[in-house]
Amino acid sequence: MAGVAGGGGNGNDFQWCFSQVKGAVDEDVAEADIISTVEFNYSGDLLATGDKGGRVVIFQREQENKSRPHSRGEYNVYSTFQSHEPEFDYLKSLEIEEKINKIRWLPQQNAAHFLLSTNDKTIKLWKISERDKRAEGYNLKDEDGRLRDPFKITALRVPILKPMDLMVEASPRRIFANAHTYHINSISVNSDHETYLSADDLRINLWHLEITDRSFNIVDIKPANMEELTEVITAAEFHPHHCNVFVYSSSKGTIRLCDMRSSALCDRHSKFFEEPEDPSSRSFFSEIISSISDVKFSHSGRYMMTRDYLSVKVWDLNMENRPVETYQVHEYLRSKLCSLYENDCIFDKFECCWNGSDGAIMTGSYNNFFRMFDRNTRRDITLEASRESSKPRAILKPRKVCTGGKRKKDEINVDSLDFNKKILHTAWHPMENIIAVAATNNLYIFQDKIN
Amino acid sequence: MLILFQEMEDKVISPEKAEEAKLKARYPHLGQKPGGSDFLRKRLQKGQKYFDSGDYNMAKAKMKNKQLPTAAPDKTEVTGDHIPTPQDLPQRKPSLVASKLAG
Repeated sequence: MAGVAGGGGNGNDFQWCFSQVKGAVDEDVAEADIISTVEFNYSGDLLATGDKGGRVVIFQREQENKSRPHSRGEYNVYSTFQSHEPEFDYLKSLEIEEKINKIRWLPQQNAAHFLLSTNDKTIKLWKISERDKRAEGYNLKDEDGRLRDPFKITALRVPILKPMDLMVEASPRRIFANAHTYHINSISVNSDHETYLSADDLRINLWHLEITDRSFNIVDIKPANMEELTEVITAAEFHPHHCNVFVYSSSKGTIRLCDMRSSALCDRHSKFFEEPEDPSSRSFFSEIISSISDVKFSHSGRYMMTRDYLSVKVWDLNMENRPVETYQVHEYLRSKLCSLYENDCIFDKFECCWNGSDGAIMTGSYNNFFRMFDRNTRRDITLEASRESSKPRAILKPRKVCTGGKRKKDEINVDSLDFNKKILHTAWHPMENIIAVAATNNLYIFQDKIN
Repeated sequence: MLILFQEMEDKVISPEKAEEAKLKARYPHLGQKPGGSDFLRKRLQKGQKYFDSGDYNMAKAKMKNKQLPTAAPDKTEVTGDHIPTPQDLPQRKPSLVASKLAG
């Protein structure tokens, strides 16, 4: 399952094919429809999306159809609900956006599914449960719900359970509010399945899933004098196996690993990851493009991956002074930084993800391109999420960007790239080669080709 | 030969530094500490600030006869000092509807 770079025809390589696309086709995209987060659950059977309008849509993978062996399980709508609504902070006269910043699933413990969804200020625990039976034959009320006159009841009957059309209900079970002065950028469920962390620009809080009126502050980097502010927290995540360890990344391109056993307040890190920079190459843009937009532990827990503006880096947790692997996502943008600064694109926050075996990583780019890197073969590929290549099971053709004057056929010049078509959010199925790519208001699902 | 070598060195600039020079040419007053407080404070203050009659009246009283600081005409963003006026208010947000991904 490790192969990632398609293109070649040799034995173990496979190719990515279009599977499905969700969302409206129209050119006029309503801001509320812009997808802001995508996440598979632990089994990969459920795929959740959140959008700027505060809505969550959950897709479920259909059981594979034996009569159609070539069709892999498709993802269809399972549940949708309004998770967050716009709010108003009366004290500061500021609006609180309903945009869903992150969704994180809890490991499944019973028939119901649970997920955490967060906007800038409030985290909510949602329970998604199925109902496929209905009780009929109540004594005190009619089938339509009207109460019967108790004096007219002459016989007793036992209600019986009858099957009904499947109904999926989402209900908010916990609301974790009022713990963040700044904007929440990350949530991460702990491996103990009891606690989780939430991080904003300056602070990280630890919560217990059962307790909503209390939260422990475990990291606080707010300076006494805000004039001295030099960096903010950009992302945070718990280690997948060690429930006492978490990491957080900064706008200066550094990562701190903290151990909650060492002290209650983890302001002092246990490990500090930073790649040395050549001072002579420093420019106005250096710090901005070094800002880490996402940090993700590998499934093994041995590595972590960080995404900055132009590259993805893999770090060995045992080596703090430099990453073990660096992959260039779109190096051709380095000579376009001036215009990317002017149109604010330089501040875009791209996410990254691992495949199930940690052998491959994926991240998004512009022009609806996304990139995959195979850590074993060191091969990389650029693919595009577009309606043009969305025929069922159509193989995706590798894309290439050229910088010079001579453009080969099928290549695209860097100046022709559409910077409004950004792929910020991608997700990889935990076990199989199925990926979900959010392209503005559309969700693309790609799978590997079955031979 | 020595003079030739010097000229070559001056001409080889990294693409990043070339972009920096371009930016400084367009915005000569751009601050010295780019990644520092300005960016970060802008980031921390993200969010639409609405008209608040309390803020407005207090600011007017403080300023007395002076003009209230207004937002720069090219920026839609409201800074901490700017008191929004009815002209700055954004359009009303549309009502909540179901996601198009679900339908």
